[in-house]
Amino acid sequence: MKLKKKSQSKRIERANLRNGLLFVSPFLIGFAVIYLYPFAASLYYSFTTYSVIGEPKWVGFLNYKLLLDDSLFRISLFNTFYYVGVFISLGLAADIIIAALLNVSIKFRSTFRAIYFLPSVITPVAMGILWVWVLNPHYGIVNNVLEFLKMPAPNWLGDPKWSKFSFVILGIWSSGRMIIILLAGFQGIPKQLYEVAELDGTTWVHNFIYITLPLLSPVILFVLILDLILGFQLFTQVYVMTDGGPANTTLFYALYLYRSAFSYFKFGYASALAWILFVIVLLFTLAIFKTSARWIYYGREE
Amino acid sequence: MRSKRKSQIIRAGVVYIFLAVGAVTFLIPLAWMFVTSLKIPTQIFTFPPIWIPNPVRWENYPEALMFIPFAKYLFNTLYLCIMNVVGTILSCSLVAYGLSRIRWPGRNIVFIAIISIIILPYQVIMIPLYIIYQHVGWLGTYKPLWVPAFLAARAFYIFLLHQFFMNIPHSISDAAKIDGCSEFSIYWRIVFPLSKAALFTVGLLQFLEIWNDFLRPLIYISEDSMFTLSLGLSGFQGAHHTAVNLLMAVSSMMTIPIIVIFFFTQRTFVEGITLTGLKG
Repeated sequence: MKLKKKSQSKRIERANLRNGLLFVSPFLIGFAVIYLYPFAASLYYSFTTYSVIGEPKWVGFLNYKLLLDDSLFRISLFNTFYYVGVFISLGLAADIIIAALLNVSIKFRSTFRAIYFLPSVITPVAMGILWVWVLNPHYGIVNNVLEFLKMPAPNWLGDPKWSKFSFVILGIWSSGRMIIILLAGFQGIPKQLYEVAELDGTTWVHNFIYITLPLLSPVILFVLILDLILGFQLFTQVYVMTDGGPANTTLFYALYLYRSAFSYFKFGYASALAWILFVIVLLFTLAIFKTSARWIYYGREE
Repeated sequence: MRSKRKSQIIRAGVVYIFLAVGAVTFLIPLAWMFVTSLKIPTQIFTFPPIWIPNPVRWENYPEALMFIPFAKYLFNTLYLCIMNVVGTILSCSLVAYGLSRIRWPGRNIVFIAIISIIILPYQVIMIPLYIIYQHVGWLGTYKPLWVPAFLAARAFYIFLLHQFFMNIPHSISDAAKIDGCSEFSIYWRIVFPLSKAALFTVGLLQFLEIWNDFLRPLIYISEDSMFTLSLGLSGFQGAHHTAVNLLMAVSSMMTIPIIVIFFFTQRTFVEGITLTGLKG
């Protein structure tokens, strides 16, 4: 009897393994063909010269050496760090503030939520075309308002000093998804904590710093990493709005990579660029995770 | 007690003011787009700006359509959207079922693969993928833009469905198994129909992603007649960047369907994003 049971459970185990693999098989094929092989291949290509015609030719570290002397590479790297740095600091702060305001229970809350969320679902190409017009130095609505308020009205996309910041503004305008994620984080904080704090007579600033932020920190980490990964890939809006100009001040990394691959057809060189992007994103993500132990509160261990 | 209520009212008032000012700021660019799309050329370049176009020129819309084969691009875009939605719903639900409702060794390795995909920037695999498609003769066709969906390439959605499937009671599966149901018919006849809400969320998010996609069509589609709306709009901008009212008309036509869909399915959007965002 016992023996029979054992062999039966073994049979079930085997059936489960077979079924599990069968169900997951579309992903296994997709993972191998669409991700794993291309991932390895792009590392290989980065050590070759390769264009559409001909075969890849092994050149060792040549592409990486050339990168060191490539001023456009340095410019695009600087532009991207600038954008990601400013966007994450300003954008994350703005998103947290908006999510905090949306968390207060007032009338029309869901309407407000919809309004802040809406820009993030709009097609990036349409968004780009729209913002070229919104930021038009003479007739755009932004400068009209600024002039009405007697404030300086810069030439935004045409001015090397403001061109990168224009994309930061656009990024904040369209960051509704992050607001929604943060708002869900806010709603996960137990209300009782604030009630207890209120009995102690604390101020809301105190509550925000000592209750809200620590409990929200895992969600902030998540949004931070998403912003980082997406920020390094900024492409469509730039392609539509400035195509890298003026004077390469908006030549961001993903645009330079695209050009190297599909305008100049330097597949080997572009692959080297891609791998540097990968390593940068990986290092930053790991760094955020590593330091997170210091600033993140994951709840008390039981 | 009274002062407490008073302070609460003041607080709500302050929140209202900030939220309202922010909301107006967020909406102005979109309002500006619709207003401009209805203007005659002489009312576009003015200072101060004209907020109510007079006369309202609806003809901008049909006129813009003469420059861009909107119906054709719309059809192309919808074709890609539908293929991707179908592919993603079928393949990702299969995979999510295999991961959430069958116990087998090696599931965790698949999970690690899924997470690493989500973090991987597309740029890293972009060039070898292009070369693969070149070798199989798929460049200039739609295949690179939809075949991957049938291989569960959008790993993000496996997550979302996995979370949902986990919450379906296992007793349902057990009862079906006693009745002699195979694993596949449990998936197809029980779990799939029970997950309509989650599948709808996945379909909606995937639809939007493909509708908005630009980089991949830009790489793979070169023939005008095969353009998607995004590609067509970008080309239109290059050729007619001074006809601002027409540009805004086309942009509006591409934006309005999304806004309409958004207002009807807002809850689904929000739930989908928080589910993948937080519990993933």
